[in-house]
Amino acid sequence: MKKKIMIAGFGGQGVMSIGKSLVEAGMEEGLEVSWVPSYGPEMRGGTANCSVTLSDRPVAAPVFSRCTELIAMNYPSLLKFAPTVDPEGIIFINSSIITEDFDRPDVTIYRVPCDDIARGLGNVKCANMVMLGAVIAATGAVSKETVEKMIHHIFSGPKAKLADLNIAALSAGMDSVAV
Amino acid sequence: MAKELWKGNEAIAEAAIRAGCDCFFGYPITPQNEIPEYMSLHMPQHGKVFVQAESEVAAINMVYGAAAAGKRAMTSSSSPGISLKQEGISYIAGAELPAVIINMSRGGPGLGTIQASQADYFQSTRGGGNGDYRTMVLAPQSIQEAVDLVQDAFDLADKYRNPVLILADGMIGQMMEPIEWKQRPSVELPPKDWAATGRHGREKNNFVTSLRIDAPDCELHNVHIQSKYDRMAEEELRYETIGCDGQEPEIILASYGTTARICWSAINRLERKYGIKAGLFRPITLFPFPYDQLHQIASRPGVKAVISVEMSQGQMVDDVKLAVNGAAPVHFFGRAGGSIPTVDEVADFAASVVKGGAGK
Repeated sequence: MKKKIMIAGFGGQGVMSIGKSLVEAGMEEGLEVSWVPSYGPEMRGGTANCSVTLSDRPVAAPVFSRCTELIAMNYPSLLKFAPTVDPEGIIFINSSIITEDFDRPDVTIYRVPCDDIARGLGNVKCANMVMLGAVIAATGAVSKETVEKMIHHIFSGPKAKLADLNIAALSAGMDSVAV
Repeated sequence: MAKELWKGNEAIAEAAIRAGCDCFFGYPITPQNEIPEYMSLHMPQHGKVFVQAESEVAAINMVYGAAAAGKRAMTSSSSPGISLKQEGISYIAGAELPAVIINMSRGGPGLGTIQASQADYFQSTRGGGNGDYRTMVLAPQSIQEAVDLVQDAFDLADKYRNPVLILADGMIGQMMEPIEWKQRPSVELPPKDWAATGRHGREKNNFVTSLRIDAPDCELHNVHIQSKYDRMAEEELRYETIGCDGQEPEIILASYGTTARICWSAINRLERKYGIKAGLFRPITLFPFPYDQLHQIASRPGVKAVISVEMSQGQMVDDVKLAVNGAAPVHFFGRAGGSIPTVDEVADFAASVVKGGAGK
């Protein structure tokens, strides 16, 4: 198993957190992992992305020019990275933000209304967790239990009440993709 | 020990603290800012010294002072900042002091870019400042290796009384990977009886200087320093090979740090896409360079060429040519100015060399 996942969106949409959650959970499950952020002279409203590798063998090149999965949180990211997805790969589209038509017949496409689902749960900030739920449900990359454990670890002490919200977002994301 | 996920820069800073770093002196520059940031919080918690200096020149001279007093001292920066430190590094080497210097290299020349680069190879391995001296240069390819090498660097600096440079790049600084904090064997090191810590009943003060005004005296000093570098070449060479032992590679990729990881993937790509068997030679010590070891591999029957793959316009390729020394043709592939070569680019170039299409 080797997944090369590109996660991209606007700064502030939590794309780095989606990536970190995947590698934290992957490491917990005994996978070899790496997380490489884009860094550069970015500005507010600019784009952010990270390259995540989950593998059952040691990770050689931690950066890649082609990915197996793309998580596009906004339209510029979809336009930029969709051509780099392997045939038979998966593209996850945040359909709350990306309303433009898009198709690539040789890949599987999941449209997840992340922001709408998150808003329905009372906090649009957990849109990234909705997407994470969709990704783990569709790919089986890591288990829900591992991610939940991680969320409890991140949101402990005075932040504990945020754990429930994030787990609800994760579950709603999982439910949003019929697998 | 359980694995922990660490960002490169922060892991390097923590590794230095665990290695007994007494003093850190730094000045901000991307892409290494998480090192001083981490040190500013954690060094005082350990009762150690953190100073944000007023400039890179000040920071390296604070390292000079702390090292002269027998303390384990470190500074970190990125390419343009490392250039500013060269005078101090030359003085530290001349005064025979141990110090650890981290370069999270970025694209140049000048201010260049903040993206990853390996264009400081010449500066790192040929001394960098004035005079006949070298820094020992260690080049990690992963966060785990960076952590291990930083801890080794303090011991090596003490052993040889010479600055040790960790040459990584912006990507290793910024990425996150799992690491294990290993139990390290304790190393027996020479006492720092040369340190300027007061007379303590001795007849004369210890005197730390790089000035040797009489030419014969200065020449003797140079010969002595050179003998340390010869000893490093005897005792400290580190390198790794993939696909070389027990296999018959047609082509050898020589690469270090981040690009070695890309070459590792390229080897697999060459086999799958072109049916070409390739090997990787990865120097971990860039100075001293494992010349003989690379020569032996390049001399094997069946090796058609050696390619130096770098994020530069061709720097390590000089050492690769010195090592190979005519045993096989040497080619170069590189991307520069903050661009990272892709696995496909490297594999396609190597395939064209095997097929005889690419120029030297």
